[in-house]
Amino acid sequence: MKLANEALFEQEVEALINEIHTHYGYDFRGYARASVYRRVKRFLSHKHLRSVEQLREAIFADSFFFENFLQEITVNVTEMFRDPSFFLSLRQNVLPILSTYPFIKVWDAGCSTGEELFSLAILLKEEGLLDRTKIYATDINQKVLKQAKEGIFSASNMPAYTSGYYAAGGKQEFSSYYSSNYGSVKFDSSLVKNVVVYPHNLATDSSFNEFHLILCRNVLIYFNRELQERVFKLFDESMVSLGYLGLGKKETLAMSQISSNYNFVDKNNRIYRKSN
Amino acid sequence: MAVSSKVIVIGGSWGGIQASLAVLRKLPANYSIPIVLVLHRLRNFEGSLQEVYEKRIALKAVEVEEKEKLLPGHVYLAPSNYHVLLENDHTFSLDDSELENYSRPSIDVTFMSAADVFGDNTIGILLSGASKDGSSGLKYIFENGGTTIVQDPDEAEVSTMPLSAINSIPGCQIMGTAHIQAYLLSLHEH
Repeated sequence: MKLANEALFEQEVEALINEIHTHYGYDFRGYARASVYRRVKRFLSHKHLRSVEQLREAIFADSFFFENFLQEITVNVTEMFRDPSFFLSLRQNVLPILSTYPFIKVWDAGCSTGEELFSLAILLKEEGLLDRTKIYATDINQKVLKQAKEGIFSASNMPAYTSGYYAAGGKQEFSSYYSSNYGSVKFDSSLVKNVVVYPHNLATDSSFNEFHLILCRNVLIYFNRELQERVFKLFDESMVSLGYLGLGKKETLAMSQISSNYNFVDKNNRIYRKSN
Repeated sequence: MAVSSKVIVIGGSWGGIQASLAVLRKLPANYSIPIVLVLHRLRNFEGSLQEVYEKRIALKAVEVEEKEKLLPGHVYLAPSNYHVLLENDHTFSLDDSELENYSRPSIDVTFMSAADVFGDNTIGILLSGASKDGSSGLKYIFENGGTTIVQDPDEAEVSTMPLSAINSIPGCQIMGTAHIQAYLLSLHEH
């Protein structure tokens, strides 16, 4: 059975989650716990804190420290063209249909540091849709939003991103999209000229527009079923009739009440289309 | 099916598929303890590990889906590019955070998570592999009172992973795959 010290640790984290909600308004109550506990342990160790109580004191004494904590608790690991087959499918199955609209609105929900945003922008540019597409890129975390539009990524990732780009049907020299400098690369800022970034919390905020395409990949895995359902309803309210929804490879609409109104466009790549 | 109070977590890398098949081959379809298998794979590898197992073992081999409940009679395979975690209600969570020991899925992550939920009812088994992943997790299981088994390095296709674990956990049990299988059969509750 679970050990007493682990049970105590989890109780303390539960209390902390409630206090954070009251004090800072961030609601982690609907987050899947195994990952939260693991992130808290990791954060304690990185910050050389000995107990949840020490962490609690630091969080409520210093809002900058809390920002730091927030960034660590919400996973911000991302990459360009993650699951290239997803992007290839977007290019082949979704963008040709979206091209029939005079103006396209896209929501990149949980955009983190912008790798997915730039991948999408490159796809839109190559399909001739970038100039008439507006992308709303949102994240819970204000700190990563500052990076999201900068398009500055580590040069060491470029070999992997380049192969992802070609596997996703890339049509250019990938290096033509960025310039290299001191171990990092900066992507062409014209890719994101029609991008708006702003903070949006999927756990508490409401719908703010209607979209033809919503991407939310590998965000819902961190939520419990109730919060997942809240987010699915939010997406449904924010989706035009016949709009598209792209989820992560291991995420599904199947358990949701909205699923009856959505059909698979590509089952393997978890791309859905709203039926009416 | 009844919920098990125990869990078996198995990790492997290079040579881990063959070793795990040798361990699992004779376990009956109604084996009473759920088994979670974490093998290192190529990132963005899209092939099906499930097919490799379902033809060769009596247990039901399925890829882990998030929120699914751990059940007896199943071998749950860690999907490519996600860490596998266990929740207190014995369901799975997936996590796409940082690589651990250059790996995602990481054996350490699943081993530690299993020990957090199942405590001394965790049985951790580390097989062949050319990595140090798994050692910290197995040590954590040991410190939490669980059972820790390492494949005999002389038998393992690649001994790096077993040797690393044996070095960090002097109290672990060292067994060949046939012996591990016999031990698992002895745990089966009819």
